[in-house]
Amino acid sequence: MEFRTVIGLEVHTQVLTETKMFCGCSAAASDVPNTHVCAVCLGMPGVLPTVNRAAVEKTVMTGLALDCTIPRFNRFDRKNYMYPDQMKGYQISQYELPMAVSGFLDVEVEGETTRVGITRVHLEEDTARLVHRSGPDGDYSLVDVNRSGVPLMEIVSDPDITSPQQARLYLVALRRILRYIGASSGNMEEGALRCDANISQRSEDGLIVGPKVEIKNMNSFRSVERALDYEIERQRAALRNGETLVQETRGWVETQGITVSQRTKEFADDYRYLPEPDLPPVEFDEAWIGMISTSMAELPVARRDRFVADFGLSFHDADVLTDDVIVADYYEQAIASSGGHYREVATWVSGELFALARNRGGFEYVTVTPEHLSEIVTMVASGEINALTGKSVLLDTAESGTAPRQIVMDQGLTQVSDASIVDDVVREIVAANPKAVEDYRSGKQAVVGFLIGQAMKQMRGRGNPDVVRQALLRTLDNT
Amino acid sequence: MISEGHQVKLELETVERIAALARLGLSQDEMERMREQLSVVLDHISMLEEVPTEDIPPTAQVIELQNIMRDDVVEPSLSQEQVLLNAPRSEDGFIKVKAVLDAS
Amino acid sequence: MIKVLTALGLVDARRLLDNREISAAELTDAHLNWIDEIDEQVKAFITPMHEQARGMAADADRAIAAGEASPMTGIPVALKDIFCTVDAPTSAASEILKGYRSPMDATVVERLRAARAVFVGKTNTDEFAMGSSTENSAFFTTHNPWDLERVPGGSSGGSSAAVAANEAMVSLGSDTGGSIRQPAGFCGVVGMKPTYGRVSRFGLIAFASSLDQIGPFSRCVEDSAMTLQAIAGHDRRDATSAPVEVPDYLEELRAGVKGLRVGIAEEFSSVEGMEPGVKEACEAAYAMFSELGAELVPVQLPNAKYALPTYYITAPAEASANLARFDGVKYGLNIESDTLLDTYLRTRGEGFGPEVKRRIMLGTYALASGYYDAYYVKAQKVRTLIKRDFDRAFEGVDVILAPTSPTVAFKIGARVDDPLQMYLSDIFTIPANMAGLPGISIPCGFSEGLPVSLQIMGPAFGESVIFRAAHAYEQATTWHKERPALLRERADTTV
Repeated sequence: MEFRTVIGLEVHTQVLTETKMFCGCSAAASDVPNTHVCAVCLGMPGVLPTVNRAAVEKTVMTGLALDCTIPRFNRFDRKNYMYPDQMKGYQISQYELPMAVSGFLDVEVEGETTRVGITRVHLEEDTARLVHRSGPDGDYSLVDVNRSGVPLMEIVSDPDITSPQQARLYLVALRRILRYIGASSGNMEEGALRCDANISQRSEDGLIVGPKVEIKNMNSFRSVERALDYEIERQRAALRNGETLVQETRGWVETQGITVSQRTKEFADDYRYLPEPDLPPVEFDEAWIGMISTSMAELPVARRDRFVADFGLSFHDADVLTDDVIVADYYEQAIASSGGHYREVATWVSGELFALARNRGGFEYVTVTPEHLSEIVTMVASGEINALTGKSVLLDTAESGTAPRQIVMDQGLTQVSDASIVDDVVREIVAANPKAVEDYRSGKQAVVGFLIGQAMKQMRGRGNPDVVRQALLRTLDNT
Repeated sequence: MISEGHQVKLELETVERIAALARLGLSQDEMERMREQLSVVLDHISMLEEVPTEDIPPTAQVIELQNIMRDDVVEPSLSQEQVLLNAPRSEDGFIKVKAVLDAS
Repeated sequence: MIKVLTALGLVDARRLLDNREISAAELTDAHLNWIDEIDEQVKAFITPMHEQARGMAADADRAIAAGEASPMTGIPVALKDIFCTVDAPTSAASEILKGYRSPMDATVVERLRAARAVFVGKTNTDEFAMGSSTENSAFFTTHNPWDLERVPGGSSGGSSAAVAANEAMVSLGSDTGGSIRQPAGFCGVVGMKPTYGRVSRFGLIAFASSLDQIGPFSRCVEDSAMTLQAIAGHDRRDATSAPVEVPDYLEELRAGVKGLRVGIAEEFSSVEGMEPGVKEACEAAYAMFSELGAELVPVQLPNAKYALPTYYITAPAEASANLARFDGVKYGLNIESDTLLDTYLRTRGEGFGPEVKRRIMLGTYALASGYYDAYYVKAQKVRTLIKRDFDRAFEGVDVILAPTSPTVAFKIGARVDDPLQMYLSDIFTIPANMAGLPGISIPCGFSEGLPVSLQIMGPAFGESVIFRAAHAYEQATTWHKERPALLRERADTTV
């Protein structure tokens, strides 16, 4: 029997703000527990929440970026459940009236564009962090309230996803957008972005519909794909063997590559939602939405297409440069002073700078400014220095912060193109390497490279490679 | 739903389910008394059934305000000592609790 | 003129303090000494604040000497122990908060502190403000100064008794379904519940967030207006506090009621269990308004009779969420058990008293799946109807009169085992909370030797017209001058 897979994803992501959702405490992570905590996010008696405008606006912006409708009214609700990570015994969330609804995200899967519907985007508060320990008297938990109240956005997709690969690519595309508009760091490893999946099977004839299973504890995009792959096989095998599948929550165990049923809770969930009486509703008008829309950064696909159209980049290069908003911004800053060397700058960014970023652990740690890169590219393009020198100057600048032109001047790295100087050096090299000259005469072309290398070495790398090659060939042929 | 016939009488099971949801540990005596007393109050409340409300919007708040928000500017937090001051148990700067109910 | 210091009102005290005829220290000591003497019988205070009060009095005297006095400087104030204070424990009269120290002052406390008022202590209340008699306090019951065998009303019974017994010049309470007006009525003092949103709720331990409002107790209307003036106004920490300017409440206080249109609602004229003495006194009060030149206008509030059942869904529903934070983890009582779940169950089972548990149960029930639409949603819709009734009525009248409570103060213990009877005590006060409207309770007579009180309700943010009507009635009568026998034999510092 053939089955179709039906997947829906729920993404929770911390909204990038200075302060928490409902109080003025810093929303930044801290290594020291319980230091970004006030009476409000600790849930002390008598406190009241106040809404962070920036979190609201970034959530609306996310909705707009996902082509959602922004309903005129939304409000906060209390979701009741008592747990040590929940300071008030309820979470302030949005239930009936979310901030954004009915959008979509286009996901490219093997060159083909697939559309995934967005059910809703709503705003809530994060929970405290629990740390589990064991002692002589048994297991216990420790509560760090720093994370309590950090703005959290929930993005729910329609059950439109049909494969684990598409699920991963959906997450990649979603994270790219979130990072582009500055709504989220998108960092899954640090827990700033979390994903749960609902997955079920349906027979092609539609007669068999498996129960919806929720998968949790997936800590990377890769593990989402693996967990869903595993779950499809598990569910299909069960259905084929006539076993009963139950609607349940399963946890992904990364180390074993399997999902396991999570112990059912003591009591069935009954969140007893009620409108949050401490917060007036939010009402949007067109002016406000317009303002948010105007302040929203260009989205990745639009930017990629613009890079192709305006800068003459290949689709591939443009795609690479626009994958990360930091890179795309860097590129645009660099070309501003590059005198129209768009493609050259692109090559340097995706080559040398990416290599530098890999060594340093991320593009954000690249210390060479876009203006300095532009300086190097311009000097290479004009023949002032050769490409090899350019690369070493780049590393020097990365280390010292000194301007590239300064380094070239201080170290006398200007390219030597003067034929009379180059001829002298080449003659010396040819004279000093009679064996190589003999090899060349007997048809071994490969020695040319060796001799060029010797000449360049003599000139401390500054020789114009073309001039050196021509001088060498001329000398060899005329000797 | 509110009343069948005219005398509301809660099932003991319902009282137990609600107490569990509310995380209230009640003795059997308390459960029984709660059942009696809540039944009386719910019976009184059942008079609301006679009010026609089909097209009436609900009112959760009486004050007509909206978009009351604050700027995203950091304000001082409490010290860790103040955070833990009232906590019955703490360890290494954390609040200490019994092992949590389950993994989810 | 010879006057007992503890019997002074705000206006006289202000004049004497500003003229340096008395000091804030003397005024404070007179109250503290009287508390020491009388509170064994009244039991208004959970936490007296003698030491703090003397320090605050000294500050007040310095401010007065420096010419920096505000209307509340040096005035002895009692605070319901439901407001957070940094310098005294905050208990909500509950075992579950035993030993709790708040890191902050409630906004009302902060404002009075900034005005250099003197806090003489924190007063008794029904646990988490849930009740109508203070019998639900986890600690003890407060006694009515008019008859020590009777309840002072509630939940702000400590604050009303303290003012009635001259233990404080004014006090603050909170009113969710009548918890200021009903005890004021039982103790024969003035109790004002402002419009929802008029006074910041920040630092008020929440009972029902969409209904709770803070207001003053005093022995005359002018003191009530002056005290409200000091605490009212927008607070950025309370998103439901109205960003609306606060008028000068004294400005039209003496404008009289001539030409005022005063609404009388048939729905408030008689209910089951209403005492004849209460009915008579209130009807006489209505007639007095007519004599004073007001026009009595019949108004219809057909849905007012549904306010009580609506309240007993809405308030417990919100309370069930508000009280979920008391779990023994972050603060307060913790009854350590084998598992986390048992710790929750035991801490809350033993830390909350019977009435609080009843209301948590009721609220949890009303919100639980399967009951939500029939109870919670239904109540919210009826709330709309109640509010519409008032909106319509206030198109034709300036204020609406009603009894504060259907009975005078009842005997301690008389209603503890009958929750519904206890709830019915608030039948006339709850409608204003459901509609978010202001209301005042003022003395209007006696029945069986106990105070009867009149309630005056107004439109949203109509506190000025309420004070004006109340003041006119007060000036024309002497009910507010009657004092409990308990106070007659005393002799303290006089001026």
